[in-house]
Amino acid sequence: MVDRSALGRALPTVHAEVEKGRLRFFLDTMGEKNPVFRDPSAAQAAGLDATPIPPTYLFCLEMMDSEDPFAFLEMLDVDIGRILHGEQSFDYHAPVVAGDRLAFESRISDIVDKKGGALTLVTVETRVTSQTGRHVADVMRSIVVRN
Amino acid sequence: MSHSETVSPFTVGERLVEKTFPPITRHLLALYCGASGDRNPIHVDIDFAKKAGFPDVFSHGMLVMAMLGQSLTDVVPPARMRRFSTRFAAITQLGARITCEGAVTEILEADGERRARIALTAKDEAGETKLSGEAIVAI
Repeated sequence: MVDRSALGRALPTVHAEVEKGRLRFFLDTMGEKNPVFRDPSAAQAAGLDATPIPPTYLFCLEMMDSEDPFAFLEMLDVDIGRILHGEQSFDYHAPVVAGDRLAFESRISDIVDKKGGALTLVTVETRVTSQTGRHVADVMRSIVVRN
Repeated sequence: MSHSETVSPFTVGERLVEKTFPPITRHLLALYCGASGDRNPIHVDIDFAKKAGFPDVFSHGMLVMAMLGQSLTDVVPPARMRRFSTRFAAITQLGARITCEGAVTEILEADGERRARIALTAKDEAGETKLSGEAIVAI
């Protein structure tokens, strides 16, 4: 069963940089053809300082640069083979572009049983700020644990 | 103003998003594992998946959400995205050919700008909904 004492606990802050090379790997993997993501002049024409990240890439940055992206599962005493992704949301407050350096501050914000305890839903909320201290996004993920 | 409103694609009921992606292969899951940083072995290691009680590896939910995101940014400039949320309704299996669809459900005002709410789905080739969600975009 999920260790409820983890509720409210903060995860270690993750610092991540939007590096062009690994961003290109993501774009290639997704078959992304939209020039706004690849061509700085297309990005500038769209009102951005540099090429932007795709809408779900904040999730990837946090995982890539975390020392242990699944450490929160140990905190919860949950095996990685027992989790599924339940929900995911991104609230965007300012554009994130190539070269930005971000900080991800996460905490376990909710733990709730479903289906008579067969499943437990764990919610993690993350505040994302840029190198200038600007609050650029809020990210929420919920994980379904199969008990 | 009235002219731009009449040509805007952001009117309630407008089917703004429709895009179908190639079938999800083991190769794509391996690439996505590296490119996304989501190294959960359940998506790439069949032995691990079987031990966890699944018949085979299956897609990262976030891979399908990335497809949905791409189908959105094909029609909405990335800087206009305000919110993007999904619920993962069912596991996306190997071989799934995902179609993303979205339609405008509401025009609203928030933080001094006009925005559109877009209802989104990602379905496989059998029509089963894998992800359902919404986006809010500035217009």
